[in-house]
Amino acid sequence: MYDFGLVFSVLHAIPTMALTREQIASIATLARLDLTPSEIPVYQDSLSRILEFIGALERADTADVTPMAHPLPGLTQRLRPDLVTETDHHELYQQNAPLTAAGLYLVPKVIE
Amino acid sequence: MSALHSHTLTQLADGLRRKRFSSVELVGEFLARIEKSQPRLNAFISVAAPAALEAARAADRALASGAAAALTGVPIVHKDIFCTAGVRTTCGSRMLENFVAPYDATVVAKLKGAGAITLGKTNMDEFAMGSSNENSYFGPVRNPWNPQLVPGGSSGGSAAAVAARLAPGATGTDTGGSIRQPAALCGITGMKPTYGRVSRYGMIAFASSLDQGGTLTATAADAALMLREMAGFDPRDSTSVDTPVPDYVAALEEPIAGLRIGVLGEFFDKGLDADNERCVREALKVLEGLGAKVRQVSLPNLPLSVPVYYVVAPAECSSNLARYDGVRFGHRCENPRDLNDLYRRSRGEGFGAEVKRRIMTGTYVLSAGYYDAYYLKAQRVRSLINADFIRAFDSVDVLIGPTTPTPAFPIGAKTDDPITMYLNDIYTIGANLAGLPAISVPCGFAHELPVGLQIVGPHFSEARVLGTAHAFQRATDWHTRIPVGYA
Repeated sequence: MYDFGLVFSVLHAIPTMALTREQIASIATLARLDLTPSEIPVYQDSLSRILEFIGALERADTADVTPMAHPLPGLTQRLRPDLVTETDHHELYQQNAPLTAAGLYLVPKVIE
Repeated sequence: MSALHSHTLTQLADGLRRKRFSSVELVGEFLARIEKSQPRLNAFISVAAPAALEAARAADRALASGAAAALTGVPIVHKDIFCTAGVRTTCGSRMLENFVAPYDATVVAKLKGAGAITLGKTNMDEFAMGSSNENSYFGPVRNPWNPQLVPGGSSGGSAAAVAARLAPGATGTDTGGSIRQPAALCGITGMKPTYGRVSRYGMIAFASSLDQGGTLTATAADAALMLREMAGFDPRDSTSVDTPVPDYVAALEEPIAGLRIGVLGEFFDKGLDADNERCVREALKVLEGLGAKVRQVSLPNLPLSVPVYYVVAPAECSSNLARYDGVRFGHRCENPRDLNDLYRRSRGEGFGAEVKRRIMTGTYVLSAGYYDAYYLKAQRVRSLINADFIRAFDSVDVLIGPTTPTPAFPIGAKTDDPITMYLNDIYTIGANLAGLPAISVPCGFAHELPVGLQIVGPHFSEARVLGTAHAFQRATDWHTRIPVGYA
């Protein structure tokens, strides 16, 4: 039903659902990524190609198929006893912080 | 014993115990090779020379007193995705250029506990996203077989280091082929265990339902030795599996006569280089000569594994990488106007082009209105692919085919088109989607470059996968080839 040739052929397909500049800007906003004006057309092109590529999934018949969220079927998430296992290491951890004062992480003013 | 670097990890561990050389000698020789190779290969992001030599002196004392563990005094290197207390962990990114982890990853701690000595941290594609090691903030890694070519990725530094004999063993991670593909392109052995077999604690997350740590070594026997020490249950990884670790080394010698090998028809398609195919077909004949039974099998949904992967992996990546916000650790932009500007510019500056591409792809497929069409659909097709594998393993013990469609390609050849790059992993991604153990071993040369043979087994069949690879390596000498200039 499927073959790799089909997947390879997508390489040469013209994206049918090209993303607009506005859509790229909107995705970047959702992802909290600042893009330069020159980056936008690059992502317009490559994301459109990627969406076209993953669009191959549409052809698969998945009626009544359960989505697989975990590679080991049947494995359930463990619970552990609700005990304190970590001690206070904030000084060590804050050595990696860009900006701290008095043991607190500093960010720009949030509330006017 | 001269030229210690040309020996396998297993031989070196044995030689140390027999006191044929010291750990200080061994570590010194490898550190000198790393330093000399660095301008040519760029396989390392950080080298921990003083700490390694100090650990070697301690190892020699332990060996002298008879208190040695399995890997006491053996030098190894870690992919720079594993957190190492006291040595920076960058994940190949500007975002973590100055990050020093406050703790060791479980893999690092276990190997240290077994006596291994860390020489340094290897270069990689940023956040393990890439198949050529061209996406590193610290520059590309070059293939020891030909410096104009890529080593593969994302564990490209680990693969190049082992191929050039800068270390006898390295850790790596494999989300869609990131151990097996560079191992194939560099002519070494790369082992990805079953999902959940090796702890992900302290291994920087890319796609949590796919990521799995493993080994890059010269031989399958070395992989068995390293994996035996790395694997096991870890309560700090919620997907770690609580089943005992077999002695993979002891299991290596089990005969493969009667082994049922399935050959995937889907893998021998027009994308496969003719010389790669020739090497793989000859390797199958070698295994048949050892008594294995080869039959053709079909996994009809497998060709959809790359599109499934490029929904699932970016989706999980966009979620995992949300933690890099410029507040608690990682890169922060200068003079943020407000909190949103802090997030957006820190992330825009800290992440490279491919990481941003995947975050945006993931954000899109998870966004309102598209979740069902892309993400849920991909998870359904993932179920079909998994069912194909389970069905195949009803009638065969292992599946064998090529690791990659082609040998190593030139630096810059595929950087313009992400999809062409993504298709490098067309044969390896299936094992990640289904969580299966898989190994790549050298099986010949095409265009004077190494070719990899991939062996995939059912869940938790590492011993059989390693044993099959070991039997192949007892019958062939491809794994002993060392690139010119590094012998």
